[in-house]
Amino acid sequence: MKTNHSFPKKQGLYDPQFERDSCGVGFVCNVKGEKSNAIIKQGIEVLARLSHRGAVGADPKTGDGAGILIQIPDEFFRKIAKDNKIELPEKGLYGTGLIFLPQDDKDREFCKEVFNKIIKSNGQVMLGWRKVPVDGSCIGKCAKATEPVFEQVFIAKGENIDSELSFERKLYVIRKEIENIIRESDLNQKKYFYITNLSCRTFSYKGLLMPGQVKDFFLDLKDDSVKSALCMAHSRYSTNTFPAWDLAQPFRFLAHNGEINTLRGNVNGIRAREKLLASEFFGTDIEKLKPVIIEGGSDSAVIDNVFELLLLSGRPLEHAIMMLIPEAWEHNKFMNKELKDFYKYHACFMEPWDGPAAIAFTDGKNIGAVLDRNGLRPARYIITKNDFVVMASEAGVLDIDPADIKVSGRIEPGKMLFIDTESGRIVDNSEIKERVSNHSPYGKWNSQSLVDFSKLVSAAASNQKSEDIISSLKAFGYTREDLKTIIRPMALEGKEPVGSMGNDAPHAFLSNKSQMLYSYFKQLFAQVTNPAIDSIREKLVMSLESFIGPEKNILEETPGHSHKLRVKNPILTDDELQGLRDISINGFKTKTIYIFFDASTGKEGFSKALERICFEAEYAIEKGYSFIILSDRGSDRDNIALPALLATSAIHHYLVKKTTRSQVALVVESAEPREVHHMALLFGYGADCVNPYLAHEAVAYLIEEKEIRIELKTALKNYNKALTDGILKILSKMGISALRSYRGAQIFEALGLSDDLIEKYFTGTVSRIGGVSLDGIAEETISRHKDAYKQKDMGMSYLASGGVYQWKKDGEFHLWNPESIANLQDASRNNDIEKYKEFARLINDQSANPVTLRSLLKFSDRGGTVMPVSIEEVEPVENIMKRFATGAMSFGSISRPAHETIAIAMNRIGGKSNTGEGGEDPNRFVTLPNGDSRRSAIKQVASGRFGVTINYLVNADEIQIKIAQGAKPGEGGQLPGHKVSEIIARTRYTTPGVTLISPPPHHDIYSIEDLAQLIFDLKNANPKARVSVKLVSEIGVGTVAAGVAKGHADMILISGGDGGTGASPQSSIKYAGLPWELGLSETHQTLMLNNLRSRVRLQTDGQIRTGRDVAIAALLGAEEYGFCTAVLIVMGCVMLRHCHLNNCSVGVATQDDILQKRFSGKPEYIVNYFHFVAEELRQIMASLGIKTIDEMIGRSDLLELDESIVPLKAKGIDYSRILYKPDVPGNTAVRCVLKQDSGLDNVLDKELIKMCKDALTKNKPVKISMNINNTNRATGTMLSGEVCKTCGDGVLLEDTITCKFKGTAGQSFGAFLAKGITFELEGMTNDYVGKGISGGKIIVYPDKRAQYKPDENVIIGNTAFYGAISGEAYICGTAGERFCIRNSGLYAVVEGVGDHGCEYMTGGRVIILGKTGRNFGAGMSGGIAYVYDEDKTFKQRCNLDMVELEEVKTGDRDTIYNLLNNHFKYTKSKKAKAILDNINEELKKFIRVIPIEYKRILEGVKIEEKLDLKEALDG
Amino acid sequence: MGDPRGFLKSARQSNSYREVCERVNDFKDVSLSRPEKQSQEQASRCMDCGTPFCHGSCPIGNYIPEWNDLVFRKQWKKAFEILEAANNFPEFTGRLCPALCEYACVLGINDDPVTIRENELAIIEYGFEHGFVKPKTISSRTGKRVAVVGSGPAGLSCADQLNKAGHEVVVFERDNKIGGILRYGIPDFKLEKSIIDRRLAILKKEGIVFETSANISVGAISDCLLQKDFDAICLAGGSRVPRDLKIEGRELKGIYFAMDYLTQSNRRVGEGFKPSPTNFIDAKGKKVVVIGGGDTGSDCVGTAHRQGASCVTQIEVLPMPMECRTDSQPWPRYPILLKTTSSHEEGGVRHWAVLTKKFMGENGVLKKLSCVKVEFFETQGKACPVMKEIPGSRFEIEADMAILAVGFLQPEHEGLLNNLKVGFDNRGNVKTDSNYKTSVEKVFSAGDMRRGQSLVVWAISEGRQSAHFIDKYLMGESSLPLM
Repeated sequence: MKTNHSFPKKQGLYDPQFERDSCGVGFVCNVKGEKSNAIIKQGIEVLARLSHRGAVGADPKTGDGAGILIQIPDEFFRKIAKDNKIELPEKGLYGTGLIFLPQDDKDREFCKEVFNKIIKSNGQVMLGWRKVPVDGSCIGKCAKATEPVFEQVFIAKGENIDSELSFERKLYVIRKEIENIIRESDLNQKKYFYITNLSCRTFSYKGLLMPGQVKDFFLDLKDDSVKSALCMAHSRYSTNTFPAWDLAQPFRFLAHNGEINTLRGNVNGIRAREKLLASEFFGTDIEKLKPVIIEGGSDSAVIDNVFELLLLSGRPLEHAIMMLIPEAWEHNKFMNKELKDFYKYHACFMEPWDGPAAIAFTDGKNIGAVLDRNGLRPARYIITKNDFVVMASEAGVLDIDPADIKVSGRIEPGKMLFIDTESGRIVDNSEIKERVSNHSPYGKWNSQSLVDFSKLVSAAASNQKSEDIISSLKAFGYTREDLKTIIRPMALEGKEPVGSMGNDAPHAFLSNKSQMLYSYFKQLFAQVTNPAIDSIREKLVMSLESFIGPEKNILEETPGHSHKLRVKNPILTDDELQGLRDISINGFKTKTIYIFFDASTGKEGFSKALERICFEAEYAIEKGYSFIILSDRGSDRDNIALPALLATSAIHHYLVKKTTRSQVALVVESAEPREVHHMALLFGYGADCVNPYLAHEAVAYLIEEKEIRIELKTALKNYNKALTDGILKILSKMGISALRSYRGAQIFEALGLSDDLIEKYFTGTVSRIGGVSLDGIAEETISRHKDAYKQKDMGMSYLASGGVYQWKKDGEFHLWNPESIANLQDASRNNDIEKYKEFARLINDQSANPVTLRSLLKFSDRGGTVMPVSIEEVEPVENIMKRFATGAMSFGSISRPAHETIAIAMNRIGGKSNTGEGGEDPNRFVTLPNGDSRRSAIKQVASGRFGVTINYLVNADEIQIKIAQGAKPGEGGQLPGHKVSEIIARTRYTTPGVTLISPPPHHDIYSIEDLAQLIFDLKNANPKARVSVKLVSEIGVGTVAAGVAKGHADMILISGGDGGTGASPQSSIKYAGLPWELGLSETHQTLMLNNLRSRVRLQTDGQIRTGRDVAIAALLGAEEYGFCTAVLIVMGCVMLRHCHLNNCSVGVATQDDILQKRFSGKPEYIVNYFHFVAEELRQIMASLGIKTIDEMIGRSDLLELDESIVPLKAKGIDYSRILYKPDVPGNTAVRCVLKQDSGLDNVLDKELIKMCKDALTKNKPVKISMNINNTNRATGTMLSGEVCKTCGDGVLLEDTITCKFKGTAGQSFGAFLAKGITFELEGMTNDYVGKGISGGKIIVYPDKRAQYKPDENVIIGNTAFYGAISGEAYICGTAGERFCIRNSGLYAVVEGVGDHGCEYMTGGRVIILGKTGRNFGAGMSGGIAYVYDEDKTFKQRCNLDMVELEEVKTGDRDTIYNLLNNHFKYTKSKKAKAILDNINEELKKFIRVIPIEYKRILEGVKIEEKLDLKEALDG
Repeated sequence: MGDPRGFLKSARQSNSYREVCERVNDFKDVSLSRPEKQSQEQASRCMDCGTPFCHGSCPIGNYIPEWNDLVFRKQWKKAFEILEAANNFPEFTGRLCPALCEYACVLGINDDPVTIRENELAIIEYGFEHGFVKPKTISSRTGKRVAVVGSGPAGLSCADQLNKAGHEVVVFERDNKIGGILRYGIPDFKLEKSIIDRRLAILKKEGIVFETSANISVGAISDCLLQKDFDAICLAGGSRVPRDLKIEGRELKGIYFAMDYLTQSNRRVGEGFKPSPTNFIDAKGKKVVVIGGGDTGSDCVGTAHRQGASCVTQIEVLPMPMECRTDSQPWPRYPILLKTTSSHEEGGVRHWAVLTKKFMGENGVLKKLSCVKVEFFETQGKACPVMKEIPGSRFEIEADMAILAVGFLQPEHEGLLNNLKVGFDNRGNVKTDSNYKTSVEKVFSAGDMRRGQSLVVWAISEGRQSAHFIDKYLMGESSLPLM
């Protein structure tokens, strides 16, 4: 069951289900409902002005899709109906829609026939068809090739229909029925068929168009009689470039900008509920509506499917949207009880559709827009004095006379803009929510029905303990290392354990040690298309709360709908589980199903037990049980437990398939899970709650053994906290806020599990290379059990050593082991090629211990056709080494001598070293007297933006945007204050001793079009540097890469998930991200399919060590190769894995002075090493008959699977998808041959630079004045780069260049503005104002003619002054979310801010003269904010985790006074004036927000010495 | 790693010995035991490396960082358990091992390594003192019988492992006491024999049967006893054929093999053995020359001093090794360095690069050695440097007694090995496959007999490994550790 658009079929590693899109969205409307043609024109104008948010693919004239949705233009339709000899009944009594039909006449006739039949069978009247005139001359080749036939159908209301709404419902049934028939048919051209909409209220014009093409393509739109009171517009930016006419938006009821992360779980959830669907409005027709969700649609299409069902079955527009996209209500102190009760009630039967979303919705009468709980998409609106509203992703999409503006606003996180055109008014967010929440007595219903888990008390407190804990631990695979490295720190500190360096141990399917099933799964994470969340600093949006138990029909609402068990913490203690077991409230009852089997029955017993438990679960539902406990308690010498994950997922999927899953809750009582990753998997595959009883016993055991010296109660609390925090982190990594929507969402990729195992028990999970079957899993489980009890008989009272995190002789194999390390060091120090060969042999020949995917590959002679060439013919080492780069290791994660040694070595060989996150000391830009250079060619831009100044960017050969890092994709970092030395503080532009937090996402990249914007910004800053984007391998990375290529990146780096780190949670090092072989190959294939490969270079890294590794990377499609750990080892690293402790005894990864002195690495060693690698590569090239690397790229036909190495348990492994070569036209480029068109030709700055010639060359002051609009983006950035290059960094005097602009500026206004430049803007602007501002000055105030109050209206967008370095800003008006986020040193005045103000700020001063949003100062570790708290409500909106609130001190008075004086001087702010006039009194109303740590440093108190060894999470 | 910065706080401090003037008068252990606190401090220097090279270089894979951490945290019992998991006889290695681990210690790259061997000794002695070391009951018996031939460290560790796996084990020893080289090769001042007896008492209680003075090399017995009564046999008889120095004057009286010399001394000290005057070997009042600069030679030096030699000279044909590592022997490899043992501290002279050309005597009794100085040259195409005598460097050393400590060649083939018809490798050692199995069904081999002369720790490793494969041979699979 798939929709009909024409993506390439699944092939190789490409899978269309991972296609992503994101977009610009907007609407215009007349509040009074007055229809006009002007509204249509304005809607189209909005669309055109959003076009930079869409994208084009390889074919420059084919867009990703655009369209509009309007009210039925009755007047126009009457006219054309007449022309077509169709007699239309009165308005409202006919339905119509634009239909995409097959080109083939017969197929088209068939479709039309289906319409006839179904319309008739539903008792309605077919009026006829009309050909919709289009002008195909304007559209691209690609779009043209798949263009359908456009016709419009007219249907008259039948007699059985009594209202417009029931007609609308009938049209819905008809549409679904027709869709189902055609989808199931065997029409050749069915993929052309699509019903855009079928309605008596709304009509849409859309298609595979660029935004600007819509009006020219549909000739109807040229007719002035097309009129509507509202127009919703959407411009799509898809990661792919495949023709998809049907994915253009708006859909039937909504248009979406963003992404639904939890889609899989939501889709399963809806499916699981289908059986119970019933509605008085549909009666037996309900069956025709199934399946509710059409598989294969985009996330936006899917949410539209569900939204439509909820609406038409009786819920009002606003109610349905609140159900699907609830606010973050759980921890909201400001929300009233009724609304909370509404959300709580609905949480009982609908999980949030979670993800960044700005959704515009309409039913043709009302129109509105809503933002997700995180507010991660921008949505600005303007209400004019003459009842006109425009809402869009950006401000400035329509030219509106400033004097007409009544309100300039933005939609806040979780809030709604709602316009009722029938009653002709804008309904306030709070009013609408009050109305909806009072619709039924939800509070009363909740208190009647909802059972609070904490109220459950069991009479019989459980007191079970394993008799023989050692044997139990062994049987469940616990090792000494698990206890020491995982459980102990969790119990002791309540935190997930942290480690360093990468993963060099075998993947589970390759390991010859028995593996837990969990280890075969890798966590997925958000990159680019949606942002990860900071679950610590932004915990207000996070929730672990669940409502478990049987569900009811979601189309109704009854008191019984909230008869559920409310669980605040899904990790149950033994007592809590006992409470659940004994439950007997309101008919709840619990069934325990034992998931173990008789040891003597072996593998057969294993699979029989799996069947048995599924039947037992089904039977339990029939018997009316509300909770099922899956328990392995009681497994012993004679009884072997099934893997709990397998048991859980088997039952979950069995019940989903039976559509009864929503009838019961699954609770897991198991000895097996102990790590965060284990828990995440259990929840991800359907568990409602988990009781990890043996892990709890292990905590007690550690206390008995005196390994932990704290109380058991505290230790257990800590342990559970570490688990729950860890789960939240895994959720947030994917950008998911609530466990409710994460549950069953299966956000994992399996590596090395067979297709039939996945298909049956983990349905829908991606597993790309096949592998271990159910039998194999059974064998591992049984052998573990057997060994445990045999060892007991032998008196072996200790657990196995483990050796996963620390190399052990008898533990898991590691590629970095004493032998390989010693050989590499000898080779590179003594320039000894023989030693290198020995090293390379140890790494390359993994026949005894396969570790990596590539270890199973061998070079193919293609049936003897490969003709070797002589080595002399192969390009020289010097050429090859230019393709080498070192990985991004920050100065901070490694020591200064180590960092500089790498840079010198890479500059010597013409390769590239990387600054890593954290800036670079400008002294290093200067070449040394001996000709060496310590300058890193690659300047990284990471989420913390530390040290990212205009000077830093100008001094780059390559600017790398780090989206993710292999060791901890989707996570942020933290450099604790004690590691921030003088020099680190200087390079990062912060204060020594202040903790530096890197947020999980880039706050200016929440979607693919945002990334394109950042690339554009950076290109402006340094047009000569290439811009690269670092992604981490996971399923779908190819699709993301296609989007990145369309966003004009010059190079894409695909990092393997095994890469190193200075500090990451152990579970992330081990279980997040996939090998680069998969990611690289998928990316190469997807780019080939899209014909985008020609535009972008590919690099790969992640445990690349030898020439063979490079050869394989090249054959799989990479042009460049990154090295990291190997280089550290060459410099003396011996894999202590102590980087996170600042305790590196060889001085590589430490900031400790004493230890740095022990550093003994030399650039020569690195040069020697790279020579060896290149030489080894040349040998391989010669043997393959290849002379240049260029010829080698993408030649996956020269590789084949070496069957002889595949371990027995993984015999089913299949690499054909990795080695697949997509079937593309012969002239499709296999490597990068074209330069990206970065779109810099028309930027305003080109003009500015010309006008500033005097300033640039003679330091003479220049004054400029010009108009600006929203398509002028990154204004001032190129100019700043020019200033920096020609005048030097920070040389220009203040106000040398003064530019005055008028209008609405585009995104990134004044980004990286250099010192000496002043930007003054009269009007307003969009997101990212002044990001990375480097000494410049930005002044923004409303148009002089505007009459609205600045402190109540939005004048600049979200994420302003992100990563600001220094300078000044005066904003007369309010800002959006995340004002001054990660500010290092800017002085700013603003009149109000949205949520998360001053988040992660480390320095500077910020004055806020009005209201702030919630979560102010989260993660703020430096700088001071002064908030003018008129109504004394600020305290509640401030996040007090890291800051203190106090009165303004005498020392602050001057700062405030001076800044306000400037503010008034520059902006004429009335508010500033009022305060200044009464400064002494007014100062008392200011609250000083100061980070606790920062204050201590200011006061000269040294941070406690004992902090010295706390783990660092940076880099 | 109790204290991650321990190595920056404390310096390496090795054990001290008793005063020379005191210790040369007896055969008791020369080492002083160190206080608990010092053990903790020394253990705190361990960095618990992510890649513990110490553990990697240890033939038995001692879990060094783990027990160092436990010692630091005073978790002696747990430390003992983890120590015992990899090492059957830490009380031997803790005294005798040259500590390959310490040369591989990561701290040794740019600092002094952790005192690993002494930490090991501290744990096991603490264990004995506090009653941690006690016989275990083996709960289930397999009914299989295994014979172990030879009771040195290899035979004993093999027997210990197999016994734990539930097999019935009989150890056959040709000498009248158990212990092999431990008992007869190593002087008491390095390993008091009570240390061996203490361990044997436990092994016996655990059910291992020891047959001493069991000369099973007679054909009939080996056939009948071993082949029929046992399900498997492990040959661990060591490598006892000494390398000889066949030069002029070798027949003179007063020239002995080191092992004959040491064995007699050990028997006199430990068993009150009184040799007949004709066999009596004693250094009292004699000028002694020890030929061979290795550990055995050093033991002879110490023994000779204790017997009251008038002077002791030790000569070695190779040049004096470096005192510190050079680039040619980089970390973490085991370097050949100048080693000064406690015996060397006690007196005597050492000469390097000296080749003995002939023994000279009067009346059939040794009086002098004629020696020459030599040099070594690296030569292209040859693995070993070529030795050349330095012209005109001839000199003589007076000697009443010469001890040949120049190594061992191979196991004795005569008797048992030939009777069993096991195959040999090209060095004359018993040949096995990678599973320690000889060419003869049921027959395995381990230790010096299999790998040639080596260290105690290698012997223990061999014993453990072979036990794993014997267990697997008998049962189809084995839960005995394999490293």
